[in-house]
Amino acid sequence: MSATLRVLQKDLLIEWRSRSRTVALLSFAYTILLIFAFAVGPDSAALKLHAGAYLWLGLLLSSTLLLDRTMRIEFEAGAMEKLMLVPVPATGIFYGKAVANLIQLCIVGAFSVPLVFIVCDATMVEPFGWLAATVFLGAAGLAAPGTMYSAMIARLSGKQLLLPLMLFPLVVPVIVAAVKATSLTMLGDPMNQIGSWLTLLACFNLVYWSLCGVLFGRVVEA
Amino acid sequence: MKAKWELGVGLFGLLLLIWSHYTGLFVAPPEAMMGDVGRILYAHVPTAWVGLLTYLVAFIAAVGAIWTGRWAWDAMVEASVEVGLLLNVLLLVQGSLWAKPTWGVYWTWDPRLTTCAIMVVAFGVVLTLRRQIDDPMRRLTLSSVATIIAFVNVPIVYLSVKWWRTLHQPYSSPDTVDGSMVTPLRVAAFGMLFLATGFVVRRWRQVNTRLAIEVQAPDLPEEPKPLHVEESK
Repeated sequence: MSATLRVLQKDLLIEWRSRSRTVALLSFAYTILLIFAFAVGPDSAALKLHAGAYLWLGLLLSSTLLLDRTMRIEFEAGAMEKLMLVPVPATGIFYGKAVANLIQLCIVGAFSVPLVFIVCDATMVEPFGWLAATVFLGAAGLAAPGTMYSAMIARLSGKQLLLPLMLFPLVVPVIVAAVKATSLTMLGDPMNQIGSWLTLLACFNLVYWSLCGVLFGRVVEA
Repeated sequence: MKAKWELGVGLFGLLLLIWSHYTGLFVAPPEAMMGDVGRILYAHVPTAWVGLLTYLVAFIAAVGAIWTGRWAWDAMVEASVEVGLLLNVLLLVQGSLWAKPTWGVYWTWDPRLTTCAIMVVAFGVVLTLRRQIDDPMRRLTLSSVATIIAFVNVPIVYLSVKWWRTLHQPYSSPDTVDGSMVTPLRVAAFGMLFLATGFVVRRWRQVNTRLAIEVQAPDLPEEPKPLHVEESK
């Protein structure tokens, strides 16, 4: 547990020291949202209807920039080998890094949500807590497999292409559930479906976080 | 020379498929609602069953490869993912052919169809990953991990008709069709199973041989020739 916290602290400190990267990430998310808004055009009804989808597509595309870097910084200067030699358990490294990515994705989400409300003229029909829970669970669903795949491809050629190619099909169920839950909070949920979509997200997270935690050690040893 | 029993199994499967499709097309009654279009059942349902089963074999092989580090398991991961992918693509093609006269479109964003299409990419990536890695041991580990994670999709595909409101029919089984359709469906399922087994084992042998050559110790360098110094006149 302490190893996880140390790795988490280290990763957040690295990000804090290179704040320009975080600003670039937020700018990227902002640009994506604007592009979607421009692509749809001035049809405010369509923008409002699909606001949840734009939010999650923006988050998904931004996540590739974040996740690509998370393991590259460890492998570039041989830091991963030193971490393993300390020794820090592989599960500690994985959970530390995955939680750091989760926190950063939540920050991107917290930045993007107000933008979606402004750009798409979205409204909140259901309590805000549902949206916050959706962003948290959806970001967690991207962070765990993203961290894992980032470690798998960090030393391969063509990794910029491989990460989205591997990650996107895997997280489609997460995106489907997150978009559904977000749209329901924004447009209203007369059939009380938000809870079931969030349960589905929680189940995916349980599978990904436990499976990736178990397999991560093998991946970094390879 | 090793007995290539898989050739016999594959041919037997092919014979069963020929018989079952003949019976399905010309002997069994047309489906009550869809008419003759429903006869694709005898090809589509066995493809789906055996495709998912092949992915299950890939998953088990991936766990075995990570657990033991043996090349035989690694070869099985490659062989079964390849055949599973082939069946998966066939499944989508058959489904689209059936969807046009039934739903009016070749493709719709239905959960079952979408999750099946995702499965093609998820397992296709495993093969892409294998081509990207030169070190055999690293390839074994990383592609096995990718296979295990991709397998998370398989139960989602299976349960998609239950979880989401979908155009696709619920689970098909011999219990859900008329008695006169059960025999050709069962025989077609076994035919597809034997044919796929033949393909998987054949590919497994080929990949195994390739891996054995890849990981064998390099030949010793030739003994250097004695130095020959020409005497100066």
